[in-house]
Amino acid sequence: MRIRYFAWLKQRTGCAEEELDLPAGIDTVGDLMTYLGERHPRFAEAASGQGVVRCAVDQTHADPEVRLAGAREVAFFPPVTGG
Amino acid sequence: MVRVQAEPFDPGAELTRFARGRTDIGAVASFTGLVRDTHNGEPVLAMTLEHYPGMTERELERIEAEARRRWPLDDSLVIHRYGRMLPGEPIVLVATAAAHRAAALDACAFLMDWLKTKAPFWKLEETPSGANWVEARESDDAAAARWAG
Repeated sequence: MRIRYFAWLKQRTGCAEEELDLPAGIDTVGDLMTYLGERHPRFAEAASGQGVVRCAVDQTHADPEVRLAGAREVAFFPPVTGG
Repeated sequence: MVRVQAEPFDPGAELTRFARGRTDIGAVASFTGLVRDTHNGEPVLAMTLEHYPGMTERELERIEAEARRRWPLDDSLVIHRYGRMLPGEPIVLVATAAAHRAAALDACAFLMDWLKTKAPFWKLEETPSGANWVEARESDDAAAARWAG
């Protein structure tokens, strides 16, 4: 699975994307955020602020309870500020 | 139609082209967003928009499809830039065409409100004291929420 980061989350994790073999027991977006927090302490710090980190699974917005089965690309980013 | 591009665009020329040759539409509404030269009292020297290529286009197309499901639009246009731009330059143009003004105006406002809370763009402002990521505004969430349902 490919994990991508955008905006200040990219700076805090120190990478734009990484490949990950999803460990057993990581079923949802929320599980994955907890897992990634262990790899990237600054991701955990950002994600602890409720609602600060948003997620998309295969380029569709996804809440923490969305399941990851079959997903190819998961992206994490701050709330959007376009327009 | 959705266009996501690095190149500058001319909103006036785009609007002229949008309505050219159409005799069936009675109303064109539009919104143009520009780079402002101050933010919270601090000068803004330039702005860089990062985006999520692929998802950006898909999300804008979803938002456009939702507008056309809700209102009887004859046409719609969304142009959004990414990359570095200077104060005064257009960032975004949304235009809608309909037989009557209410649908065109409401759909245009809806497109902007949903775009601002759903399209994956992030603004990085360059100021004299450094570069800052712009924070999302609660008022944008409130504006999007009025179109719920």
